[in-house]
Amino acid sequence: MKDIAIIGYGQTKFGELWESSFRELLVDSGVKAIENAKVDGDDIDAMYVGTMSGGLFVGQEHTASLIADYAGLNPIPCTRVEAACASGSLALRSACMSIAAGQHDVVLVGGVEKMTDVADPTGAIATASDQEWEAFVGATFPSLYAMMAKRYMYEYGLTLEQLSTWSSIAHENAVNNKYAQFRSKVSVEQVMGASPVADPLTLLHCSPVSDGAASMIVCDADKATDYADKDDIIYIKAFTQASDTIALHDRPNMTTLEAAKVASNYAYKMAGVGADKIDVAEVHDCFAINGLVLTEDLGFCKKGTAGKFIEEGNTRIDNDKFVTINPSGGLKAAGHALGATGIRQVGELYWQLKQDKECKDRQSAINNGYGIAANVGGTGGTVCTHLLSVNR
Amino acid sequence: MVVRTWRHMQERYNLIGKKCKTCGNVYFPSRKVCPECRRKGEMEDIQLSGKGTVYTYSIVRAPPKDFEKNSPYIVGIIDLEEGTKITGQIDCDLDKIEIGMPVQTEFRKIKEDGKSGVISYGYKFVPTSH
Repeated sequence: MKDIAIIGYGQTKFGELWESSFRELLVDSGVKAIENAKVDGDDIDAMYVGTMSGGLFVGQEHTASLIADYAGLNPIPCTRVEAACASGSLALRSACMSIAAGQHDVVLVGGVEKMTDVADPTGAIATASDQEWEAFVGATFPSLYAMMAKRYMYEYGLTLEQLSTWSSIAHENAVNNKYAQFRSKVSVEQVMGASPVADPLTLLHCSPVSDGAASMIVCDADKATDYADKDDIIYIKAFTQASDTIALHDRPNMTTLEAAKVASNYAYKMAGVGADKIDVAEVHDCFAINGLVLTEDLGFCKKGTAGKFIEEGNTRIDNDKFVTINPSGGLKAAGHALGATGIRQVGELYWQLKQDKECKDRQSAINNGYGIAANVGGTGGTVCTHLLSVNR
Repeated sequence: MVVRTWRHMQERYNLIGKKCKTCGNVYFPSRKVCPECRRKGEMEDIQLSGKGTVYTYSIVRAPPKDFEKNSPYIVGIIDLEEGTKITGQIDCDLDKIEIGMPVQTEFRKIKEDGKSGVISYGYKFVPTSH
């Protein structure tokens, strides 16, 4: 299997981007990635696009060819992949597999979602749950995660203050991220006192509705220096994916994401490192509770202790002992443009590991040279992880 | 949408699930293949009692369009006594709901698709002392 390198990354701001269309967003981020990687359009062999639902948000399917067309990249093969909110990292994984297999050398990966063109995006978002047996009875997406939170609190004594600390830290980190949707601090009290969405979750436990795109150039590691400077190359040591039941009620345990455990364990094995060597992580916190759950499932602290672990500040950027989690602000504060999120997470790790100027005010200490991203589709029906290293 | 509703009547109206004769596991909604035994499994219909306890719940205060009239309402995951779990609304006072509370199904209207569209029926849960 060939080694894989990231040689360039670009993203748009995440937020309510009224002036930009679906296709413009992805082309904007793609051009940035191409310029950043110092490749030409002619060098690109293939493209993968992650988007959850162009059909429901903007009434546009057949998005792969549309994007290749507007990016001026015809006639390269362009493939759209979909796994709800994990669509972006699944696109990246598809690109990695095509390079590892020797099929392509240089691949453009893009993720995009345009969510604010519809008045009520909740119906489209709900399609990531089981339509017939969850959405049908009135279970909304926030309420599914809220039920995880309620059960977690019942079993492990997690407090609302601890849960809210997650959001407060996320907002603090996003202050120094110019691409973030929210760049204002919020206190734990403000999180708890925000308008209720689905008990125990308030609006400030939930990620926002976002527009945005993120793009990355990945390439055969043997050819990376043909394009990029040595300092701009970061390696993808593992690209894994696991599945679980789509309906929450079919799982024996709702305080863990089994697919995240399986995917991350496989990633650690594939890369030959343990969770204790990870310097920085981007985890999927569409709701504060899954940030906490993933902190445990990825092996950063013991089951049932994430509340205390977070509260003690162990995941903060300025901690020197443990992993830094979500220096970008995460989905909570940086924004959650569904199909773009998985690529944005890996893009943040790319910046962090090479200590890029883009993250200079939120730089995690890089001691071992490893980062991991976990991107969740639905309530955990799909989880993709990517493990990055500064060394090949 | 009419066909989609009609197709699920056995399950939503009568609470008919599946039991795997090989491993004894019970499933709701219906499955064609037992995830434990796969092709070695043999699925048969089973009538569920509709009785169980609240495993977890949430109070929905930002409802989807179809459920605006009901808001706020409780959704829960119920541990049925046959050993499977099921998602549904729980009809009880908002301040009475708690994990472990015994509940049972009642046949109810779930939602309607506009003024002249399909009316969907199914189960909601109520406290057993109801």
